[in-house]
Amino acid sequence: MWKYVVKRTGLAILTVFIIIAITFFTMNAIPGGPFDSEKAPDPAVQRVLEARHHLDQPVWKQFLIYLDDIAHGDFGISLKSGRDIMSLIQESFAISAKLGGLAIVFAVIPGIIFGAIAALFRNKWPDRVIIFFTTLFVAVPSFVLATILLLVFCLLLHWLPVWSIENPSYILPIIALALYPMSYITRLTKTSMLDAFGQDYIRTARSKGVAEWKVIFKHALRNALIPVITYVGPLTAYIITGSLVVETVFTIGGLGSKFVTGITNRDYPVIMATTIFLAVLMVIMMLICDLIYKLVDPKIKFE
Amino acid sequence: MTENKPFKKTLLSTQVDLSKFNLASDEAKKQTDVMRESTTFFKDGMRKLSKNPLAMGSLIVLLLIVLMIIFAPFIVPYGYEEMITIDGTRDRGAKNLAPFTYSELEQQYMEETGEKLFPHIFGTDHLCRDYFIRTIYGTRVSLIVGLFASLIVLIIGLLYGSISGYLGGKVDLILMRIVDIIYSLPDLLMIILLQVVLDQTLSTLIKGIPFLAKIGTNMLSIFIVFGLLYWVSMARLVRGQILTIKENEYVLAARSVGASTGRIIRKHILPNCISVIIIATALQIPSAIFTESFLSFIGLGVQAPMPSLGSLANAAREGLQSYPYKLVFPASMICLIVLSFNLLGDGLRDAFDPKLRR
Repeated sequence: MWKYVVKRTGLAILTVFIIIAITFFTMNAIPGGPFDSEKAPDPAVQRVLEARHHLDQPVWKQFLIYLDDIAHGDFGISLKSGRDIMSLIQESFAISAKLGGLAIVFAVIPGIIFGAIAALFRNKWPDRVIIFFTTLFVAVPSFVLATILLLVFCLLLHWLPVWSIENPSYILPIIALALYPMSYITRLTKTSMLDAFGQDYIRTARSKGVAEWKVIFKHALRNALIPVITYVGPLTAYIITGSLVVETVFTIGGLGSKFVTGITNRDYPVIMATTIFLAVLMVIMMLICDLIYKLVDPKIKFE
Repeated sequence: MTENKPFKKTLLSTQVDLSKFNLASDEAKKQTDVMRESTTFFKDGMRKLSKNPLAMGSLIVLLLIVLMIIFAPFIVPYGYEEMITIDGTRDRGAKNLAPFTYSELEQQYMEETGEKLFPHIFGTDHLCRDYFIRTIYGTRVSLIVGLFASLIVLIIGLLYGSISGYLGGKVDLILMRIVDIIYSLPDLLMIILLQVVLDQTLSTLIKGIPFLAKIGTNMLSIFIVFGLLYWVSMARLVRGQILTIKENEYVLAARSVGASTGRIIRKHILPNCISVIIIATALQIPSAIFTESFLSFIGLGVQAPMPSLGSLANAAREGLQSYPYKLVFPASMICLIVLSFNLLGDGLRDAFDPKLRR
């Protein structure tokens, strides 16, 4: 067990390092320095500026300095607003984390319930209705869904207010984020539940007279949930990238929309910082998810 | 040795008494005929696929879309970046027209000359461009990106995976470690990052090559990024397939009766993994279209004025309340294409996956 934990954590740390390296060196490959401008500045001023930002050092040394800065939580300042990026991330991530966390809950719990219903009523109308809608939802990109929800419920029907800081309404963004993964989890639960129903231990449980609800919940569903756990890692990745567009569409000032604004403004320090922050978050979630999976599944042996 | 040699009755003789036999009649011969032609794997799969109404429906929808994006530009007299003009002068009134309406100038022109102008099926956009033809070109771009990106993924994944699977040993170990690392990178974030960078660096590189310049830096960088990151799951799939098939008893049996390596690959390994690979490629196309439209939506997709379905949907967000149809057309096109490819991929899997065939 511990050998696996160490190995998996090692891979995660290596991944984080590679991500930071890719981010740093690709951003460095962009032609033109940050202090180049059409008006030729005073060479002395330029030299002072470059020295202050360590631009006079060789690239590998700049990379080490950057690593050191990140370790101290210093991501530099935004080129556009001149604000400290770390405090920017801190305040906007609170909103994004709340939105993303709720979206995960709303994807997982209804997904499992619908999946179990579809499996129990196989080929009857509840199954058909659920599968029809999940097939449909899997084909709708989150930005389309978000824009349509905004149009219908906020602008045309006026049922829900448009997002503002004083009056945040999380319902529509959560639906826009959660519908796709929910559909995916539904289909996943259905197939693995049907798979479980065909197993010998279910027949054994039934033949020794275990109550049907106990067979379903204790034996079938519990085993059917193991594949769902493996999806939680990709799910967080989906929610994080999905939040980029959903936050932009609903004009929520979270980290996702800050990232998109950074891209539109070509605000490189912000792009770098947000990429690294979100990527590390994803890698950590993947790591946790993998470890839980190995803990839960009795069939898996640690190599 | 003559046939009519009289039958000698000796005890324990195994000689056959020919007089007890007569020639088979035509009817009797018919009974031994093979009633059904022997079917190949491919034919059987196609038969199963043709019985799947959802898959066939999606195939027809996709064919219709392909025919439309090929022939519509010949029928519709507008260009995707062309502003509407009447008699050579720009018609500034033809802005944000609703579907199937004409601007005042156009109506005037039609009344004066009696000539019928081609209707704006989806209306026009804020720069007086025909929206139908823009949607058609957007579909073209999105489909081409989806197909080519999947093709790149297929080629790289197939080569990498089969090398790793065939050679095995240390080579396999090293190649798969590389795959593990790329696999654990958050792909969409890396794509965004590379897209931002390539967008800036490529433009100077491709200026000299007119063909590449025509495609545009953004579309090129989408392909590069797919080629760099997305092939890993395909490589894993191919390697896994080859590893398991290589160990199967029928391969051992074939080898034991002296089949050559070429024959084993052709007859046993390829037919058994090609279906899985084709299915994975079919399901890769909608995900590539998703990614492209996502990138276009956050402003990193194909270059303006060339439209893609994602950038059209993004542009439609301005003035959403007044012109909701501008969102509806490209958005439903994306959904239709992705849905069709998903259903077709599922149908292909049901028909061709050897593990699911019963």
